[in-house]
Amino acid sequence: MTEILDIWSYLSTSPLLWLTLTLLAYLIGLGAFNLSGNRPFVNPVLISMILLSTLLVTTKTSYTTYFEGAQFVHFLLGPATVALAVPLWKNWQRIKKSALPMLAALVVGGLVAMVSATAIGYACGLRGEVLLSLVPKAVTSPVAIGVSETIGGLSTLTVALVLITGVIGAVVTTPLLNLIGVRDYRARGFATGVAAHGIGTARAFQVDGTAGAFAGIGMVLNAIFTSLIAPIFVQLFF
Amino acid sequence: MILHFGILLGFQLVGEILARSFSLPLPGPVIGMVLLAILLLTRPRVGPAIEKTASGLLSHLSLLFVPAGVGIVQYLDQMSTIGLPLAAALVGSTVLSIAAGALTFKFVNQARGYKDERQND
Repeated sequence: MTEILDIWSYLSTSPLLWLTLTLLAYLIGLGAFNLSGNRPFVNPVLISMILLSTLLVTTKTSYTTYFEGAQFVHFLLGPATVALAVPLWKNWQRIKKSALPMLAALVVGGLVAMVSATAIGYACGLRGEVLLSLVPKAVTSPVAIGVSETIGGLSTLTVALVLITGVIGAVVTTPLLNLIGVRDYRARGFATGVAAHGIGTARAFQVDGTAGAFAGIGMVLNAIFTSLIAPIFVQLFF
Repeated sequence: MILHFGILLGFQLVGEILARSFSLPLPGPVIGMVLLAILLLTRPRVGPAIEKTASGLLSHLSLLFVPAGVGIVQYLDQMSTIGLPLAAALVGSTVLSIAAGALTFKFVNQARGYKDERQND
């Protein structure tokens, strides 16, 4: 028994254990997603977050200890963001063709996401760092982390908000757009990518290839737009 | 593979250096992405080489969110007070943003005299 405790106390503080468990939790989440027939609300990231959080709380492990192992995965967000240049380049001809409606939808969709999230949060009594963490919540998380840090939000809270936003977007987008009568798949996909980043994009690809491609563009463009606008927005209203 | 990964890291590094030295509001990786996109558009031959590594990385994009997402454990005891307002803000703003963005795209496209690309669902 003491041996097991010794092994545990060694492993629980080493990066190896938490890195391995992060990958394992993700594989379980991915398996559940596939088993459900790729339903948007069975989100692999959300499942991994719940599994790992529960594990940390029950074993009384601090997030700092966990992150020492998980940082190796976290680090890859940087090069992954750079890699988003590739889908941007591949769809360049289509981007140019619908440049005007896309630009308008980007500005409106991006601003509405930022302003309405902050306004609703403020109306419900949120203030300070927590409210600031809401500002970049529509943007893909590697970028949202950077924006949140720049404007003085809590980057870890922002990531959680980003992921939940993505799941909400993926669940509501099809019934919502049917309800308001937008049938053009470019418009449907693009707006979903702007409002719900990668998770919304994954959902759009399930529905239609064109919707998916435009969602990817929406995600990338809103990452750039929000990075530029969020600091100005915060200076004006905070 | 190593070379292509090195290229991505190199662009991120240049992005970080530019962001810090000019105190730009953009995160370093975003600047790196823009620079790489410019390179790909002006020198398309680079594209196919880097494409495989890039899409490999992007196909596991959601895994990369997990470590930061688990950070929510630090806010668990605050969730009783901030949980509901945050949920209201997220649901409300996501619905509004999708609707506003899609309608804007549709109306601007029609105002230019173009038809919707697909009418059926």
